[in-house]
Amino acid sequence: MKSASASSRKPEVRSQRARVLRWKAIFCVLTSGFCLLASGCIRSDPPADLTILNGAEPETLDPALLTGQPEFRVVIGLFEGLMQLDPNTARPIPGLAGSFEISPDGRVYTFHLRTNLVWSTGGPITADDVVYSWIRALNPATASDYAGQLFYLKNGEDFNAGKIKDPLLVGVHAPDKFTVRVELNRPTPFFLDICALPITYAVPRQTIEKYGDRWIMARPLPSSGPYELVYWRLNDKIRLKKNPRYWDAAHTQSDIIDLLPVGSPSAALNLYMNGQADIVWDKELVPTELVDLLLKRPDFHQFNYLATYFIRFNVTQKPFDDPRVRQALALAIDKERIVRKITRAGEQPASHLVPEGTANYLPVQGLGYDPARARKLLAEAGYPDGKGFPQFEYTFNAAAGGAAEIHQNIAIELQQMWRDQLGIHMDLRQLEWKVYLSAMDHLDYNLARSSWIGDYNDPQTFLGMFTSNDGNNRTGWKSAAYDTLITGANEQTDLKKREQIFQSAETMLVSNQVPIVPLFFYVGINYFDTNKIQGIYENILDDHPLQCIRKVSPKSTAQGPN
Amino acid sequence: MYFIRRLIFAIPLLLVISALAFWLVHIAPGGPFDRERAPASPEIERNLEAKYHLNEPIWKQYLRYLDGLVHGDFGPSLKYRNHTVNDIIAQGLPVSMTLGSLAFCFALGIGLPLGFFTAARRGRWEDYTGSFLATLAVCVPGFVLAPFLIVVFAIKLKWLPVALWESPAQAILPMIALGAYSAGKVARLFREGMLNAMQSEFITAARAKGLGENRLLFKHAVRIAVLPVVSYSGPMLADLLTGSFIIENIFQIPGIGVFLINGALNRDYTVVVGLALLYAVLLIALNLVVDFAYTWLDPRVKYE
Repeated sequence: MKSASASSRKPEVRSQRARVLRWKAIFCVLTSGFCLLASGCIRSDPPADLTILNGAEPETLDPALLTGQPEFRVVIGLFEGLMQLDPNTARPIPGLAGSFEISPDGRVYTFHLRTNLVWSTGGPITADDVVYSWIRALNPATASDYAGQLFYLKNGEDFNAGKIKDPLLVGVHAPDKFTVRVELNRPTPFFLDICALPITYAVPRQTIEKYGDRWIMARPLPSSGPYELVYWRLNDKIRLKKNPRYWDAAHTQSDIIDLLPVGSPSAALNLYMNGQADIVWDKELVPTELVDLLLKRPDFHQFNYLATYFIRFNVTQKPFDDPRVRQALALAIDKERIVRKITRAGEQPASHLVPEGTANYLPVQGLGYDPARARKLLAEAGYPDGKGFPQFEYTFNAAAGGAAEIHQNIAIELQQMWRDQLGIHMDLRQLEWKVYLSAMDHLDYNLARSSWIGDYNDPQTFLGMFTSNDGNNRTGWKSAAYDTLITGANEQTDLKKREQIFQSAETMLVSNQVPIVPLFFYVGINYFDTNKIQGIYENILDDHPLQCIRKVSPKSTAQGPN
Repeated sequence: MYFIRRLIFAIPLLLVISALAFWLVHIAPGGPFDRERAPASPEIERNLEAKYHLNEPIWKQYLRYLDGLVHGDFGPSLKYRNHTVNDIIAQGLPVSMTLGSLAFCFALGIGLPLGFFTAARRGRWEDYTGSFLATLAVCVPGFVLAPFLIVVFAIKLKWLPVALWESPAQAILPMIALGAYSAGKVARLFREGMLNAMQSEFITAARAKGLGENRLLFKHAVRIAVLPVVSYSGPMLADLLTGSFIIENIFQIPGIGVFLINGALNRDYTVVVGLALLYAVLLIALNLVVDFAYTWLDPRVKYE
């Protein structure tokens, strides 16, 4: 009995031991497998000459499709248009076109291409390539968001809308290999600026026709700019290397540039402080809670930026259909307090929409801070001391990172100012970004936080927005007089007269009718050590051509004078 | 037979999930092409909608999507227009899976010994300390733990990099930050399991037969005590493998977690539905594996 049980238990114990061993073996195999996996998936590269933290992950690198600054700051290295941006001023200077002529009526531009233009993969860049690129951007099948930037061309809008099918009717032609002739609907003083925008950049026809929407992923990717795309790893890194066939390659300063998408300001700051990044050039990558401290450092640079923060009124609803009510609310805002207490990055309070420093324009002064006059206007409108004023809402968006906090704090501040100065009560309504946009489009709001970044350096990009049928109006405010002024300004070839017309339009917008209240002008902030990095200049568009930027080691600066 | 049946049931389940995800993301206000700047003409918007068939009725869009899916095509991303959802998964998933696997190993590697140890020393100070640590790991959220780890180990001590995903050293902090919660959870589950197992009748019987305490713990109690951990580890692995928005964002890791959250915020319809399906497939598969592991570990469990 006893021996039987012992003999029957032994194999069981053995099998248990075997099981435990099997467990251990499986665990070891798994662990080592994962470790191998880890070392395999994590990659290493030769170091770059420059590492730039570039803000959000680019949505696209297709010049015809891009809409945002992080995209533009990469694409500016890969492709080039007839004009390019001066790194100092961000004004247009000759790019693929070495020279150009403008007809006296300002409606015909003739560009002469340089004769030494070659794609990075070989083969000449011709006038036909430029025409192809423009027509492609306008083609409805390309579905470009910013096709509107080419609506200045004759028949550009109709071709994009599918009303005209023949691309030959569009106002861009190549009479010969080196000439691009452009016909415009009306004189457009900022058209050269447009010719430096990505939508006009020369893109490779054969690659696009072969690969379709994913053509950017083709390798090698023919580029017309100073850099070639080595790789683009989503949310990880974009690596560029110098294009030796670029017409001005002799002046390209850095051979390899890495651009990293970074979503979190604290990660950006940590990477920079630990020396893993040379340049951080997105204001969103400055932690808002530290901004006033950081701006005291010599490697943090703050400058004027072509962008305005403002409030929209929905003028289709009572009581905001009355301009006096809108003026009263505008006059009761202490904007100085908002920039000093909340934004804290050295922003300037704004009484007008077009930022200081905009080309072809000297802005007009709008409404300042005058609570007494505000109360008087509100009383005239029928709400003495705010009595009988209906409750209303201020709509603002939730945003990523620090911006959300700023929007919220401004909302609270406004709520308090209007309660204290005017005796009116406002509720706050925070919406997720897309819901907010949809509410704006449907005029489903009373007051809404807004902002606008200029597309190009001209008052038209700000003032054109509030014409009656512009999709960006979003206030319900329609004024035939205003529309006439804007159209008149854009027919004008005399820049001085044009400026005066724009000034009367802006006065109407910010002093008399007030469908919007400008709060402050944004500033741009980037950070890099000026002793180590050269070739980035402060300009109002905050655009920095990549080929001008270089890292100088202490050694090479020492050698400089020799 | 049972497992084959489960696999067959998974197909209608995935269909329901995809339809639901598709419908929910489409009825949310705002669309993928709503931007702060409205296009210059209504035709531009129409061109965009036509290109991505958003102008069709939703059932037709869904059928089109299913047709693509059958051919292994998750469709183009509406936000990242040069990329397809397949591109996004192909680039992001291996990274998230690597980090997730590491975090899974970390969770088991820390959680199981800690649970065992605290159970074996029940009621003594070692138990209290260990249990406190486990509870702490469960309570502290990733967005607190991750910056804390970065400040201590990357900025003050300079032992490890602050972020990015290029060398194995860069995987350590995110692995801990991602795995800590699961490690704590595993420790607590395993401790509970051990204590329960130690009170069960077959252990009393074994003890009565004169088996040593260590042998009881290692050979008999463990197999039963590990069961709650096993059933938890299926969903846990699925969760870890599909990436975490917070951890990937803080450590700048190019994984898939960021895309799921941003996809929803951006109304990137195809990305949201594609990743929801991916997550569902992983969850179903891993739950199957868990059930399979049960039959292997616990002879009392049988599936018919």
